[in-house]
Amino acid sequence: MTARPLTARRAQMVSCLSCQLLSPVAAGRTHCSRCGSALSPRKVNSLSRCWALVLASYILYLPANLLPVTISTSFGRHPQTDTIMSGVIYFVKTDFWHIALIIFVASICVPLLKLIILTFLLCSLQLGWCKRPLERARLYRLTELVGRWSMVDVYVITIGVGLVKLGALSNFEAGPGAPYFAALVILTMFAVESFDPRLIWDQMEESQ
Amino acid sequence: MRQRIFTPRNNSDPTQKKSLLACPECDLLQQLPELAAGVVAECPRCGAILCRTQKNSLERTIAWVMAGLVSYIIAVTFPFLAMEANGISNETTLWSGIIALYKQDMAGLALVVFLTCIITPLFAILSQLYVLLPLRLGYHLPGAARLFSWTQRLRPWAMMEIYMLAILVSLVKLTKMARIIPGPALFSVIALVFVLAASSVSLDAHLVWDFLHPPLAGDRVEKRP
Repeated sequence: MTARPLTARRAQMVSCLSCQLLSPVAAGRTHCSRCGSALSPRKVNSLSRCWALVLASYILYLPANLLPVTISTSFGRHPQTDTIMSGVIYFVKTDFWHIALIIFVASICVPLLKLIILTFLLCSLQLGWCKRPLERARLYRLTELVGRWSMVDVYVITIGVGLVKLGALSNFEAGPGAPYFAALVILTMFAVESFDPRLIWDQMEESQ
Repeated sequence: MRQRIFTPRNNSDPTQKKSLLACPECDLLQQLPELAAGVVAECPRCGAILCRTQKNSLERTIAWVMAGLVSYIIAVTFPFLAMEANGISNETTLWSGIIALYKQDMAGLALVVFLTCIITPLFAILSQLYVLLPLRLGYHLPGAARLFSWTQRLRPWAMMEIYMLAILVSLVKLTKMARIIPGPALFSVIALVFVLAASSVSLDAHLVWDFLHPPLAGDRVEKRP
């Protein structure tokens, strides 16, 4: 192999991200001739889009974690409001440590970890680092893989809301934090989608 | 079996070859060799999965997707959990949570759950049937390529497996409050998750794209031996 690996871009080709068909740049197509998806050599405005979504997610992280996500009333007692963290603490106290672990990892660790990884990747591109591209590509793949699982808390709330309707005796409602939390998960998923890992390799090639 | 495939050398002109593709994650151009069945081809530079081959990929995927359709219908129509406390019992289906959220002025949240748990899995099942079944029979219908590209792109948004985890969490969590009875849809949700996972593993997208390649609608394509 030569020092600079041959990429589609250097070969004057555009690869379709949906169907992987290669089209020559010279043909000047804006859409893939096979599947009709928009064609561009790299994702359009990848860095600025990803930054915007990451920053918005950091902002949403606060209300998502500070506002209560569930409000439950049982047997006429004072309504109990729970944030994500207080829910986790409640499960630890009531010996449901496995549920506490699932919720803690999926709802608190994963979104934060994902944002930190994306921030790190964006910074590394902006600062022009060219070391360890493989590790960074793996980090990106990790965020792609685990990010969706944060939705589990949203579904747990949905199931609770649908199930616990025992008239005036006991009730279960989604709290004001729940939509923020769902928005956080969705925005981070879009952020991951808008990031183009090929930029990591471009930078390394340019520095050679 | 995992197989790393090799990059073409710079001196040969790789742009002329048919099975050439660029890694979607690092843009490296590579020549796909003839792969045996059951192989996962990885990019030699970044390790991204380029394609997986499967014996009788089309037939297997169609079979899994059809099984998926059956379990989907059961999963959305029957209750998956019921709870009983103080003589009052209550059942929940996939819909009841969404409707309850909507009634609590959480229309946005209800929409998110509706789209990710009801619409996207259904779309994935129906569009794969629309694309793959006629291909197997030797036809392709108009819009198949477009639809297939959307199916591939919407894949991460079908969150049935996450919903299954949520049901299991609720099952354990609510046992403290009341008696919880698992319903028929619980098992079909579990079945659906495994069936959809099997269908995505058995699907060789490259094969489908190769069949779809002459994108003229209504064309007869060569039937698989």
